[in-house]
Amino acid sequence: MSISFLIESPRADMTRGGIFPALVGSFLLASGAVLFALPLGVLSAVYLVEYAGDRRMVRIIRTGVNTLSGVPSVVFGLFGLAVFVKLFGLGVSVLSGSLTLGVLILPTIIRVSEEAIRAVPADFREASFALGADRLTTIKNVVLPTALPGILTGVILGIGRAAGETAPIIFTAATFYRRGLPRSFLDEVMALPYHIYALMTEGTKPEYQIPIAYGTALVLLLLVLAINFGAIMIRFRGRRKKRW
Amino acid sequence: MVKDKITIINLNFWYGKKLVLKNINFSIPAKMITAIMGPSGCGKSTLLRCLNRMNDLIDGARLTGKVIIDGQDIYARSVDVYELRKKVGMVFQKPNPFPKSIFENVAYGLKIHGLRDKNMLYTKVEQALRDAHLYDEVKERLHGPALELSGGQQQRLCIARAIAVKPDILLFDEPCASLDPIATAKIEKLLEVLKKDYTIVIVTHNLQQAARVADYTAFLMLGELVEFGPTDRIFKSPRDQRTENYLTGRIG
Repeated sequence: MSISFLIESPRADMTRGGIFPALVGSFLLASGAVLFALPLGVLSAVYLVEYAGDRRMVRIIRTGVNTLSGVPSVVFGLFGLAVFVKLFGLGVSVLSGSLTLGVLILPTIIRVSEEAIRAVPADFREASFALGADRLTTIKNVVLPTALPGILTGVILGIGRAAGETAPIIFTAATFYRRGLPRSFLDEVMALPYHIYALMTEGTKPEYQIPIAYGTALVLLLLVLAINFGAIMIRFRGRRKKRW
Repeated sequence: MVKDKITIINLNFWYGKKLVLKNINFSIPAKMITAIMGPSGCGKSTLLRCLNRMNDLIDGARLTGKVIIDGQDIYARSVDVYELRKKVGMVFQKPNPFPKSIFENVAYGLKIHGLRDKNMLYTKVEQALRDAHLYDEVKERLHGPALELSGGQQQRLCIARAIAVKPDILLFDEPCASLDPIATAKIEKLLEVLKKDYTIVIVTHNLQQAARVADYTAFLMLGELVEFGPTDRIFKSPRDQRTENYLTGRIG
């Protein structure tokens, strides 16, 4: 384990070199997933809390969202293959993978955002309404800023999940090896979890490749740990500032 | 001659099937303090919230009758409820400043109603804080968090926030319920000053407070207006047996 392991590309039939492309690939996939899931998730949460009321339909949607977060990730992988790769014709690419991972973390982001928005005291909304604000203004200026630390926690947990998942990207984004980094969002990409999987199952020189796989696993583990620690810090700071 | 600011005519109010206000009729005089008092659950907060249509936000709330402010029925179809609430400010029972800075709290109402100019904002915020007798205590930390203020200061901040948008009427829903006597005294003194510029309606279940600050008092029981008149008269010679019972502590 050294710096060069992090910043070099694999060499000599994956028996030497580093994991740089996989690191970048995972970063791209996770950020893409968040870029897609964050706005959609927060807007859905706002709708569910502030507009939807408590109708039967809404309860069904909510149950659906909660159930989705328990669906095995390989199913999301197949879904991504069918919809993004084939139906939308995006191919096996960063974009397809990001979208698939986005769909995977969407339920988490919706649920966490919904909780955060619901936790904003009614007092704040009333104060805003009493000053002549309409609902949208109130949500934009009072509800969302107050709920932000909670929403961010959800986002970071989502990033952690998206960075670590293997199954959703096998069919939609990942490749065993490519020269250099992807040049566009429609290129295949290497990614940390798939790199491990590939080294362990498709490697031809296991005596060199298995140590690399373990090294990659360690990096991935530390990465996810760091991300979750970030989420804990944000939650902690938010809680300390909270005085209502 | 007393000029009326708000006239309530045949007002009935339901939460779902429950009738909470029963045929309320009275007029609230301009630039005076009118107290609405009565035992808990008599509908006094509900009545207050009919005056700026805060009850609109509650599912299953229904109302008949009229509330006329400056000659206009505020429940008429043509009324813009956001403009109404700008004109009829409100301060709540529990101080509820936003989790923002002191400055941002007072500037909030001005900003949502379209004021962007920084100098103007600053001038108006400062004036509102002065009018709420808070400026000297917070001028060093205008950009510090509002939630670090004491309860009494927070409540005066909420008053500053309400008067920043220049309403005509200020509604107070038991503004001192969560405050200590010293903070309460400051708010009451402030009310005396504010009534020069604003028509004030204050809900309280504290008899002494009504007696101390209010020019007029309405006494509500079980959703009915029992008695309304000048505070002196209500307290010295109540005309209704129920008012007398309440004042002498036999109910409530």
